[in-house]
Amino acid sequence: MSKIGLIIEREYMTRVKKKSFIILTFLMPMMLVALVAVPLLLSSVKSSEVKIVAVSDSDGLYLKRLENNAQYKFVPAKDGLATVRKQIAQEGSIYAYLVIQGDLSKDSSSVNIYTVKQAELEMKDFISGQLKDLARKDKIASYKIVGLDKIIEDSNPKLSINTIKWEKDGSEKESSSELAMVIGMVATIIIYIFIFAYGAMVMNGVIEEKINRIVEVIVSSVKPFDLMMGKIIGIAMVGLTQVLLWVILLGGTLGIASYALKDKLGDGQLQKFSTQMAQSQTGIHPGANTVQMQQITTQANDIPDAQRIIQMVSNLNLGEIVFWFILYFLAGYLLYASLFAAFGSAIDNQEDSQQFVLPLTIPVLFALYAGMYSAQNPDGPLAFWCSMFPLTSPIVMMVRIPFGVPLWELLVSFGLLVLTFLGVVKMAAKIYRTGILMYGKKVTYKELAKWLRYKN
Amino acid sequence: MYPLEAKNIFKSFAGHQALTDVSIQVPGQQVYGLLGPNGAGKTTLIRIINNITAPDSGQVLWEGRPMQPSDIAYIGYLPEERGLYKKMKVGEQALYLARLKGLSKQDAQQRLKYWFDKFDVTSWSNRKLEELSKGMAQKIQFIITVVHEPKLLIFDEPFSGFDPLNVQLLKDEILYLKNQGATVIFSTHNMSSVEEICDEISLINKSEVVLQGKVNEIRTRFAKGIYVLKTDAPAGRIPESKLYETLSTEEKKGKLTMQIQKKADVTTRELLVELSALYEIHGFEEEISSMNDIFIQTVQP
Repeated sequence: MSKIGLIIEREYMTRVKKKSFIILTFLMPMMLVALVAVPLLLSSVKSSEVKIVAVSDSDGLYLKRLENNAQYKFVPAKDGLATVRKQIAQEGSIYAYLVIQGDLSKDSSSVNIYTVKQAELEMKDFISGQLKDLARKDKIASYKIVGLDKIIEDSNPKLSINTIKWEKDGSEKESSSELAMVIGMVATIIIYIFIFAYGAMVMNGVIEEKINRIVEVIVSSVKPFDLMMGKIIGIAMVGLTQVLLWVILLGGTLGIASYALKDKLGDGQLQKFSTQMAQSQTGIHPGANTVQMQQITTQANDIPDAQRIIQMVSNLNLGEIVFWFILYFLAGYLLYASLFAAFGSAIDNQEDSQQFVLPLTIPVLFALYAGMYSAQNPDGPLAFWCSMFPLTSPIVMMVRIPFGVPLWELLVSFGLLVLTFLGVVKMAAKIYRTGILMYGKKVTYKELAKWLRYKN
Repeated sequence: MYPLEAKNIFKSFAGHQALTDVSIQVPGQQVYGLLGPNGAGKTTLIRIINNITAPDSGQVLWEGRPMQPSDIAYIGYLPEERGLYKKMKVGEQALYLARLKGLSKQDAQQRLKYWFDKFDVTSWSNRKLEELSKGMAQKIQFIITVVHEPKLLIFDEPFSGFDPLNVQLLKDEILYLKNQGATVIFSTHNMSSVEEICDEISLINKSEVVLQGKVNEIRTRFAKGIYVLKTDAPAGRIPESKLYETLSTEEKKGKLTMQIQKKADVTTRELLVELSALYEIHGFEEEISSMNDIFIQTVQP
């Protein structure tokens, strides 16, 4: 086996065999699934108990029309306020006392709910939803216009805008801007995390060898360049292994979880699940007010059926996205990892590393923010230039690709990235071979520049 | 033909001259000492021989021809700044480093077994390095340096941090390897060990070679003409002489030990003729300078 192969093998094996790697790799997907599944399961457990709501309806307009569900049951309040209060507070036989006064279609503020504990939001939503609906029906009926409810329903159409892309060959493809954005952002964030986490791993590996003083022993057997590249490639493979395992494990656990949940949850719960997903997509947290909730629910209803989604995903040209993702993923990592290796070689204690690599963290962070803004306007000047500049292009370009980027732009951007990588790796190797043998000296950036001019 | 030769090596780092026109010729199957104060340029020269850095000008010859990068497979190098992976198992990293030197896995395992048994560290091979004592770790480091049976061994300050037992073990091993046919370059401050094991030396000071040659010849060259005479104590006064000066006398149980400084243009024969006329000579010996004196004398401005 060649020497660089041996180095790659060692870098890979020592990291993959570490406990922290194994734990993180196997726990992460389970935690992600648990994050979604546990609240769902808990909410399904809660619904088993039926709560009694006593209703006092002064005009008798609503009591009979209120519908029970699995959680709440409405009963007429036979006794006065004082008795009901006693029943709620001491006996616990009744959960809440609902008092409706007069006609809600005329006075909408005359509903009170009395409880001992703070009233559950779920109950409030449940009651207010029903009463609002009933009051609206009454109001419509009070105009005494035949078929008014139908007219109103017709005048409130469900609107969903389809975005269709014209391909060069004249064919039409239905696309989804939201989907493109989500896919682009996910790809970008993966690259961002990978550059940071594994770039730092490369740097720490370099520092470790330097601090342990093994580095001179090794460079008397192999070229410093081989040692550096072996480390970079070995760690890249660790990262790829982790991502691959996550994809497999996440797929597996999600499959098992959804199978398990399907039995436990009724259709309503699944509906709720999709609503929850919609909430997390739009960034509105549970507990927002009712109006928002309703908007979300309508949005959830707007989500096209599965077949259309699949159609749209396939229209996105996934092959192209995956192809460029892998290229940018590798080139971006290699570029930053060689920089991290060069910087790491100049440090001889771990504490210095944070401030010393600041010049590296700034462009990566900048790229992430540029990527986020570019998602709003994928063809704007910010997006364009950041996807050309090699230090930001691996992160920003991935946001743009799902929206479609002209081939020449991709080629120029990627060509620049590869050229920069080749130049940077050469420079990094020069800094590295000097840096790893330099001890006890506080190194400045000026000094790094000097090392570039040393022979060999 | 020398196994290793460095010719007119120059090297500078950012304005600091590390080596100026340094040439050394290392004869085969000998221990070659590379001496000099800290910062003289010894480690830089060793790194150039090891292909870790390149000289600004000059050439390293390996068995008479310009050295190739592949030749470093035949060098075993124990650097002054040395260490191993702390979190890696001893056996694993010895195997790794041996394979990096170009040994096949089977060869490496076989030879490591031999050395681990010889140094009595086999039971530690499944432990992480950080669990080992310092002396134990140094043994491992030595094994890693010699396991690929190098033709040329380079030890940079090999005894620093070793306890006396391990120093002796190391000296014995170095001489053993020399007898097995290896050539050894030995860089050190420890002058008594130079007298003990080096055949030839180069003394480097402020980037230049200031003294070079066989240890015995150098010591003779530096002899100051001081002799120690042992004789019976004379009855009367010790006579003066035109040939020498008496530096010190010591009388004990009727015996006299006298240290004398020979004058510059006097030969040893003339001296002996005069002395033997005066005294009953029991012992007469030239005092050779120690390497320590030579070092200090040469390096001091």
